[in-house]
Amino acid sequence: MKIEVSRRKVHNEFAQKVEEISGQNLFACYQCGNCTAGCPVSFAMDLGPHQVIRFCLLGLEEEVLKSNTFWMCASCLQCTSRCPKGLDIARIMEAIRLVILRKKERLDRLEVAELSEEFLERVPQIALISGFRKFSS
Amino acid sequence: MEYLYFPGCTLYTKAKNLDEAGRECAKVLGFELKELSNWTCCGAAFPLAKDNIMALAPPARILARAKEEGGTLTTLCSVCFNVIKRTNRLIRGDEERREKINTFIEMDYQGDVQVLHYLEILKRDVGFDSLKAAVKRDLQGLKVAPFYGCMLLRPFEEMEFDDKEAPTIFEEFLEGITCEPVDFPYKIECCGAFQSVGAPEVAMECAYAILNSALKNGAEAVTTTCPLCQFNIDSMQREIRERYNDFPGIPIIYFTQLLGLALGLPIEKLDFNRNDVDPRPLMKEKGLL
Amino acid sequence: MGRVGVVLCPCELEGVPLFNPEVLVEGLKRRGDVLPFIHYPPVCSELGMEAIRAFLEKSELDRAIVTCSKPELFGPTFKKALRQWGLNPSLSEVLGIRPAPERGGLQEATGDVLILIERKIDEIRERVPSKSQGVPFTKRVMVIGGGITGITASIDLGNAGYEVLLVDRLPSIGGRMLQLSETFPTLDCAQCTLTPKTVETGQHSQIRLITYAEIESVSGEVGNFLVKIRRKAAYVDWAKCTGCGLCQEKCPSKVHSEFERGIGPGKAIYTLSPQAVPNKPVINRELCRYFTRGKCRVCEKVCPVGAIDYEQEDTFIEERVGAIIVATGFDLYPKEEIGEYGYGDVPDVIDGLAFERLLSASGPTAGEIRRPSDGRIPKEMVFIQCVASRDPERYMPYCSRACCMYTAKHARLYKHKVHDGRAYIFYMDIRSMGKGYEEFIQQGVEEEGILYLRGRVSRLFRDNDHVVVWGVDTLTGKKVDIAADMVVLATAMIPSHGIRELAEKLHIKTDEYGFLTEAQWKLYPVETGVEGVYLAGCAQGPKDIADTVAQGDAAASKVQALFAQH
Repeated sequence: MKIEVSRRKVHNEFAQKVEEISGQNLFACYQCGNCTAGCPVSFAMDLGPHQVIRFCLLGLEEEVLKSNTFWMCASCLQCTSRCPKGLDIARIMEAIRLVILRKKERLDRLEVAELSEEFLERVPQIALISGFRKFSS
Repeated sequence: MEYLYFPGCTLYTKAKNLDEAGRECAKVLGFELKELSNWTCCGAAFPLAKDNIMALAPPARILARAKEEGGTLTTLCSVCFNVIKRTNRLIRGDEERREKINTFIEMDYQGDVQVLHYLEILKRDVGFDSLKAAVKRDLQGLKVAPFYGCMLLRPFEEMEFDDKEAPTIFEEFLEGITCEPVDFPYKIECCGAFQSVGAPEVAMECAYAILNSALKNGAEAVTTTCPLCQFNIDSMQREIRERYNDFPGIPIIYFTQLLGLALGLPIEKLDFNRNDVDPRPLMKEKGLL
Repeated sequence: MGRVGVVLCPCELEGVPLFNPEVLVEGLKRRGDVLPFIHYPPVCSELGMEAIRAFLEKSELDRAIVTCSKPELFGPTFKKALRQWGLNPSLSEVLGIRPAPERGGLQEATGDVLILIERKIDEIRERVPSKSQGVPFTKRVMVIGGGITGITASIDLGNAGYEVLLVDRLPSIGGRMLQLSETFPTLDCAQCTLTPKTVETGQHSQIRLITYAEIESVSGEVGNFLVKIRRKAAYVDWAKCTGCGLCQEKCPSKVHSEFERGIGPGKAIYTLSPQAVPNKPVINRELCRYFTRGKCRVCEKVCPVGAIDYEQEDTFIEERVGAIIVATGFDLYPKEEIGEYGYGDVPDVIDGLAFERLLSASGPTAGEIRRPSDGRIPKEMVFIQCVASRDPERYMPYCSRACCMYTAKHARLYKHKVHDGRAYIFYMDIRSMGKGYEEFIQQGVEEEGILYLRGRVSRLFRDNDHVVVWGVDTLTGKKVDIAADMVVLATAMIPSHGIRELAEKLHIKTDEYGFLTEAQWKLYPVETGVEGVYLAGCAQGPKDIADTVAQGDAAASKVQALFAQH
């Protein structure tokens, strides 16, 4: 329940990396929650997108990376299209995915081997290609 | 009229029913779809990371080829349309990244090819009134909910496709082919997209909400422009029925199939057997088969 | 012709010198027809002003230019001083000097300033003294806008003994406040507090009402403005009309009423309220059966005094005034432009002013809260704040200032009328800085159980007989779904339409949203860049009634001070 807030933590290296990859200014978010309110998959998220932005800004890397929010994001851009501050939240989610996927441990979210043959038979290429672009390094 | 046609990966295989009907209808309506030569996959997702130049190379190459072959580029698939149109705009407006991309693909492309979705051709170049005049099979009384999904519309400043909250082009199209369009609030919501491979249960809930909304508003069928939407709201009905026993099911039909139906194409050309929820019982009930 | 005096203020703008004074003075001296004058400390200081006066007196100049880095701030002061020192206002000018972005070094900048000044010298030398020389200063004032601000200013000035012309484009005065039910934080009935004011205004011996009229053009200057006014055809001879109301009662039309914000019907011949001042009706040509279809003339038949005149045309009048107060008020951002909230197509989603009409005893439901779609009493009641406000990306970036309070009031009045209903307010921050405001909010929460949900609403849409609200409560972090019966949008305040055109006629400035720009935000809040033209109320920016009344009083006192000097 307690967090450290200090120069060391706030807007730390992790937050800056998210900003750099996404091209978004985390300080611009005023926490209105519009992104969470309109998100079609927020029901499955453990943190709302607005919370993820806040956690990033506070430098809470571990908490952010263990949340499922950015993995659940479907890049539908509903949040982006309605953000009153003009933040492209979908890009922030992508940036966090990439923070993980670009680690040298190659922590892929999805492996082809995990998908059943029956499913692979059924699923269209477009789903596989876009899925692997989002979930693997 | 001639357009360069980019089918995209899925339309050659799983979404043949979107592709073939689209090609056949073009012939009937008097425009030609000339398939782009040597095309590759567009990448199926516009890269959202600023530094991901590599993912822009395939769509850039597609565009540069279209430029060489000299024409307006069209797609049927919403995702391809989104990726290609956004890339085109980026190349046009971002000099630094344009240079990088051009170096990478070893071509010189400035972002000046026109990219149109098939629906836009129908609206702008064919005209929905002319379309109506070409209808051979009256679909009157067929209540169809148009599902736009995300990729045709967003980001709307870049896609410049239609109103972001209340688009109407799909409804106009449906009226043009004598269907009764059913407006429903979920028409601009997300089908779950690639979550069908990442978190299938999440995609299934998205699809369930969309289909419920369509059914509640009186739809007898839902139409799509996208193989990913199609998969999520058509094929995933299997999973939906397992989870929600009372879910009645609803046929999901590509817009080109409906177009072909209206234009009087032979039923076998429309590949209804490829749709997961078979639309043919509904067609029979409506006296269309 | 004598020489032109050029008073150079050596003031620096944010520490950056605007020109090299010595070089500039030398440059000006090269012309034989100029007498330059420079003074340290800057001329706006007491010593500086005294020095200019002495300089002008000694040199016996009749034409002068004063340069200044902040003309909107000091312009009126200098102009007034120049006039007092005996210069004809038409032959003197305050010239703004600003650092141009393309300027290189100070040398280049000085050259640019020299060119600017020389151009002005040439222009001023050409001028013929204006006719106003010798014309007496007119101690009459025009107030544009008959809302609570304009009314307040008019009564002040009338009581001070000055003649006031109060112009409004609507048929009667009262403005937005007349549409309100009760007002925060005291929950006084708006009409009960306003009506005595409107009646006082209507009966005031010094105030003349010019309603259903718009400003056509303005010329002249302080003390001597000539204003041309277009009186719109009412199609009713107001001189004959007794205000009996029979025409409205018998008019067979049922039309959209702007005053009722679309939730109650109006008539094609109408007054804004039974207590309208003046109590004279007008015919809306676009909606009248006779004008649109050529048949009806019911009002003409029933009018006992024969006041209906379908042939009436717009007329023009000209009035000479010494000062003008602009108090044209606000509109609400149209919900028809808010896509995510249904583009105004969901009947049970209304704006704050429409809800005022629903709450109002004189409104279409006689104060009962019944939703527009089916007349049912809403039990799940959602209010959304900051709609199209504080939204720099898509709508208005500014805070509309009054919405936190009026939404709290709406929710409380709703609870007073629907005891078993639940009121939810989506908010981002609560801004309750006025006297008694914070207490008012807390009382609503604690005693009336109003539930504040912190967050925006992303989307709402109609679902059978509900309005589905997709919001968020950032305090729990959760997405919130509400199947609401009705939704009230606290939409952004924007300047009333036509403000830019009016500002242009008056040569005063507007900001990028169209709000009138004051001379300076802190020290000259009701002055404009034009001497003798003052502003007040929401025309200048969103504010609540208390603030707007204070500004109306302020503008009136400025005019009195101006008039007292002549």
